[in-house]
Amino acid sequence: MYDFVTGPLAWLAFLVFFVGVVVRVIQYIRGLDWKLDRVTYTVNVSYGIKGALRSIFFWLFPFGTRSWRSYPFLTLLVFSFHIGILFTPIFLIAHNVLLLERWGFSFWTITEAAADFMTFLVLVSAIFLVLRRIALPEVRIITIAYDYLMLAVAVAPFFTGLMAHYQSGNYQFWLILHILSGEIMLMAIPFTKLSHFVGFFLSRGQLGMDYGIKRGGMKSKGLDW
Amino acid sequence: MPEGTLCNKIPVNTKEELLTLLADKSGKTYYEEMNHLDVDHAALKTTLDKSCKSRIRTWLEICAHCGMCADSCFFYLANNKDPKQVPSYKIQSTLGEIVKRNGNVDNAFMQKTMDIAWGKCTCCNRCGMYCPFGIDMGVMFGYLRGLCFSQGFVPWELKIGSGMHRIYRAQMDVTSEDWVDTCQWRMEENADDWPGLEIPIDKENADIIYTVNAREPKHYPEDLDEAAILFHLAGENWTVPSVGWEETSLAMFAGDWEGCRLQVQAVYDAMERLKPKRMVVTECGHAYRATVIEGPYWAGLKSGKTPVPSFHYVEWVAEALRTGKLKLDPSKKIKEPVTYQDSCNYIRNAGLSDCAREIMSYIAEDFREMRPNREHNFCCGGGGGMNGLGRYREERNVGLKVKRDQILATGAKLVISPCHNCWDAIRDLEEIYKVGIRWSFLKPILLKMVIVPDHMKPVEE
Ligand code: HEM
Ligand code: SF4
Ligand code: SF4
Ligand code: SF4
Repeated sequence: MYDFVTGPLAWLAFLVFFVGVVVRVIQYIRGLDWKLDRVTYTVNVSYGIKGALRSIFFWLFPFGTRSWRSYPFLTLLVFSFHIGILFTPIFLIAHNVLLLERWGFSFWTITEAAADFMTFLVLVSAIFLVLRRIALPEVRIITIAYDYLMLAVAVAPFFTGLMAHYQSGNYQFWLILHILSGEIMLMAIPFTKLSHFVGFFLSRGQLGMDYGIKRGGMKSKGLDW
Repeated sequence: MPEGTLCNKIPVNTKEELLTLLADKSGKTYYEEMNHLDVDHAALKTTLDKSCKSRIRTWLEICAHCGMCADSCFFYLANNKDPKQVPSYKIQSTLGEIVKRNGNVDNAFMQKTMDIAWGKCTCCNRCGMYCPFGIDMGVMFGYLRGLCFSQGFVPWELKIGSGMHRIYRAQMDVTSEDWVDTCQWRMEENADDWPGLEIPIDKENADIIYTVNAREPKHYPEDLDEAAILFHLAGENWTVPSVGWEETSLAMFAGDWEGCRLQVQAVYDAMERLKPKRMVVTECGHAYRATVIEGPYWAGLKSGKTPVPSFHYVEWVAEALRTGKLKLDPSKKIKEPVTYQDSCNYIRNAGLSDCAREIMSYIAEDFREMRPNREHNFCCGGGGGMNGLGRYREERNVGLKVKRDQILATGAKLVISPCHNCWDAIRDLEEIYKVGIRWSFLKPILLKMVIVPDHMKPVEE
């Protein structure tokens, strides 16, 4: 089992993830239509690029936009959740040891304490994201089971990773679950709402171009996000 | 497939059809017929395949269901935070379903969709600024209106409105002759007070071609006088076209994209014919949005721009004051507190917020900003055609509360509102809630404080 999940399945997961994500980006761009969307993507290009970059940039920072500032608590949750999700797996010592062993390269690493802390943040933020969904009527009404499922898919690798690390008794069991859930998450990205991994940049970029080219970008400093 | 005589999938294209529809008071028969209108699933599916592309499909798919757009919508706030008014909910339960079911929806669903697309959204686009993914529900509701229109599920007044544009190339039954007559009549009316005043019709190579909202010639001809006098005082070489003079687009509110195209094409043809240096549009928000911002796309202009550069009236006023073409008497500046209604259509969706502030610095001593303001301002409550829809009167009136409170919080009793729709909404707001405010376009305010050079004054006898 261990050999299977770290061997062929790992390859498959990475393949599906990379190819899937690239296909999503291509499909998105090919599906843009200047007349239907009413944005001249290929004319007034410099305004478009400026608008797209502004639209992405401000939103990448906590409290960088009015909307983030209006929801300080949610902003903290979303950013701690995502920073944990994105950075922990890449800079974890254990992952990098593996990388070096298998493929002969590795990234910078963070201390185990830092990794534990970020994993903890992911889990705690996720709990609050769930509570928020249940508690707030305006979020409850748009929440569907799928949202919880996706949250679970995103969080599972972190939970199982923590278990593997600290539950010495059942190490093998948790480790396999950890690897499996990580692979499921990777493969889910291209096909689910987790595709916002690239969709965020595409969609924000598109709206930024809309504002930059058509909705005032040529007559003002640019939209005050 | 049951199609009503009034309520059906075919747009109004002749005067006879228009008159029959108008004769059906408040659309009683029309809405009754709507209960029996079939949904053409095949056509809806084809339209989706052709026009619902990656932008909208991605928006619908990646929505995190996070609710950050809730507070951005004035309808949500005005309705005591009713979760059914959350923008994401409104669009997911309508367009989202139609896309998911690939067009397989029934009559009841389409009527519910219509009631949300026109009765719970003004397409003000504010929610799009507050969504972390940049999901613009205003844009999607605009698209959804198009789907509804193509299936005949459109509010009665807007079926009429779209017909007006198709027949008269104007939102009202004002013909080219009526328009030209009105211009000449107003010119004669003002000849004594303003020697040399002209409303030049179809003059070629003018510096400015001026275009209006059909309401002006039809109901508010003094607006045309004021525009003429201000151009006259500013020494502008201007003209109005005899055909292609209408800027507004009820067709846009209706989602009648072919009607939209026909309407703006008339204006662009006038530009090609008369070769002015630029166009100035009257004080109307959605008119500017339709003809200057969205119009080039309907007409298939690859540059995304109108054939000659186009300017909203506030841009012209700001320029005229800045360059001294119009000089105001500083002692006549408005002394009382005064606030400004940022129209979604030319502020949020066209970037003209600085012009408005520049103008206010010339005309007001105590200018009070609403909060929030500029691009972040709330819709007046009457956008997207809502002011004119009997079926959604109550929804509209409730929605006005947000603007009412915003205005009251400034402490100002006077609201400058260079947009016909906002102007109407604020007028109705006062009528309903009686809060003691006044409202005005810019033109009458400017006329009260502009310095008239001696040689332009009437000769005393
Ligand atoms: C650079 C990449 C990413 C960006 C910019 C990004 C951005 C966002 C944003 C803006 C939200 C909406 C926040 C909100 O709920 O208000 C969100 C939600 C979410 N993201 Fe990401 N994300 C990224 C990558 C990922 C990845 C890799 C995953 C997991 C595989 C993920 C999982 C989630 C989940 C589960 C939610 C929903 C949270 C909830 O339940 O409210 N994201 N993301
Ligand atoms: S803010 Fe955006 S992502 Fe969140 S619920 Fe609203 S539309 Fe969906
Ligand atoms: S476009 Fe405006 S009215 Fe419509 S849902 Fe968004 S915020 Fe509300
Ligand atoms: S009427 Fe004015 S404020 Fe309201 S939507 Fe139109 S432009 Fe915006």
